[in-house]
Amino acid sequence: MRSIINYLKEIFGAVAALFKGMRVTGYYFFHPKEIVTQQYPENRATLTMFDRFKGEVIMPHNENNEHKCTACGICEMNCPNGSIEIISEMKVNEEGKKKKVLSKHIYHLGMCTFCNLCVKTCPSNALAMGQDFEHAVFDRSKLNKVLNKPGSVLMKGTE
Amino acid sequence: MVEEITKGKLEEQEFSINMGPQHPSTHGVLRMMLKLKGETVKEVKPQLGYIHRGIEKMCEKLTYQQIIHLTDRLDYMSANILNEAVCLTVEDALQVEVPERVQYIRTIMGELNRIASHQLWWCAFGMDLGALTTFFYGLRDREKILDIFEETIGARLLLSYNVPGGLMNDIHPNFQKKVKEFITYFRKKLPEYDALLTGNPIMQQRTKGIGMLTKEQAIAYGVSGPSGRGSGFSCDVRIHQPYSAYSKADFKEILYHEGDTFARYKVRIDEMWESMNIIEQLIDNIPEGNYTAKMKPVIKLPVGEYYTRVEAVRGEFGVYIVSDGNKTPYRVKFRSPNFSNLSALDLMAREQKIADLIAIGGSMDYVIPDMDR
Ligand code: SF4
Ligand code: SF4
Repeated sequence: MRSIINYLKEIFGAVAALFKGMRVTGYYFFHPKEIVTQQYPENRATLTMFDRFKGEVIMPHNENNEHKCTACGICEMNCPNGSIEIISEMKVNEEGKKKKVLSKHIYHLGMCTFCNLCVKTCPSNALAMGQDFEHAVFDRSKLNKVLNKPGSVLMKGTE
Repeated sequence: MVEEITKGKLEEQEFSINMGPQHPSTHGVLRMMLKLKGETVKEVKPQLGYIHRGIEKMCEKLTYQQIIHLTDRLDYMSANILNEAVCLTVEDALQVEVPERVQYIRTIMGELNRIASHQLWWCAFGMDLGALTTFFYGLRDREKILDIFEETIGARLLLSYNVPGGLMNDIHPNFQKKVKEFITYFRKKLPEYDALLTGNPIMQQRTKGIGMLTKEQAIAYGVSGPSGRGSGFSCDVRIHQPYSAYSKADFKEILYHEGDTFARYKVRIDEMWESMNIIEQLIDNIPEGNYTAKMKPVIKLPVGEYYTRVEAVRGEFGVYIVSDGNKTPYRVKFRSPNFSNLSALDLMAREQKIADLIAIGGSMDYVIPDMDR
């Protein structure tokens, strides 16, 4: 007799405990405002990322199409996985001095681990992290980017 | 003849079965060779090597700043703590005193990391037992922490926030406010976890008395972290050898003595409460100051051997660096908690049912890339 009572007790206890859990789910069923799902990509227009978000490495240019990169190669050296290649050439400037000039700052997005070391170690602050995160492309070669824009030159006064 | 086989011999036979490497409840590419007798597990032989990337070898070619981003990829759920471990080793070798501000922020970030990891563990553990609901509730709360990370660090999972000597950048002006909001929020939400899963009779029956591990066995196998503390093995590095700002906070070690799956579950739930305590004590007292110490751009450790241990989310994580005076280490070895914890799986799962193996594995909270570096 006792065992039957215990058995029934266990069943009712279990059902009660299940209802305790169901109360939580039920609460959210009737309070849909507290559910935090974002409707991506429908909210693309209003979606803003945090300004420190590390989406990709970019090279900011000013309105005269000038950048700050002196082609020193420090970022290339500091990148742990070889995502950066600097191609530079020697040019003679107005004062008659030979100087290294950046011809291409190649950035392999597909290899980058967003460790921030290049941005951090660049002595002239030429690099930054961009917030774009939709990097899917159909062809892998599109992930190799040239960061300096065509025709861009070194910003005056940057050493 | 046929009858003989079906009646007698087949039932007696043990048979081997592969679980993984692509099995949803091994939480990654872990392959377990099981010996089964019916539904009873007779032996578990874990096989590693499916996600071996040679990280320790790669470290020998990288500078100390570059190693950091690889440690993210060991136990990705406690990325910040592993970053910190390497930084502490390097700072210890160079005898650099990091500013107090850095120590506080590292500790707070580490504890946030711990909570986030335990939340995801709770999601996955529920899933292992067949409770899908938990997944949504855990991820909902984890999102808040990831947003905090994203705002200050710029990344959500692979943080790379600590650098030798300090931090990558200072905390975001909103950081303290957001963390305090999160603590108030999560103090309200954590009891929901108990209502949903802890009190559930099905869950209790599937975990109580399952996967026993005694204290002696835990010590013998080097099981540390919440899994070891569920067996009453007091192994919290934060208490026994406080690093960063843990000595400034008052908190207790969570110990359960039952040694079963439920005890390990309870340790993790209680640790979330304790982590919130630690953060609450530190968050208002972050001292002013620099966010890094002065470091040379090229770090060269003096010749010698260095070892540091920290309490990662899943147990004791150790970094061993041998330096020959160059800018890259001569040898790096990581003592990862998951690898030692895995060795005890066979012991715990023997004579249990195969479904219990999943529950035991869930309660050990394995992260495969950490075992298989
Ligand atoms: S981006 Fe900066 S570090 Fe890299 S080559 Fe240009 S100036 Fe040097
Ligand atoms: S973020 Fe890191 S991995 Fe990416 S390009 Fe810069 S240094 Fe290389």
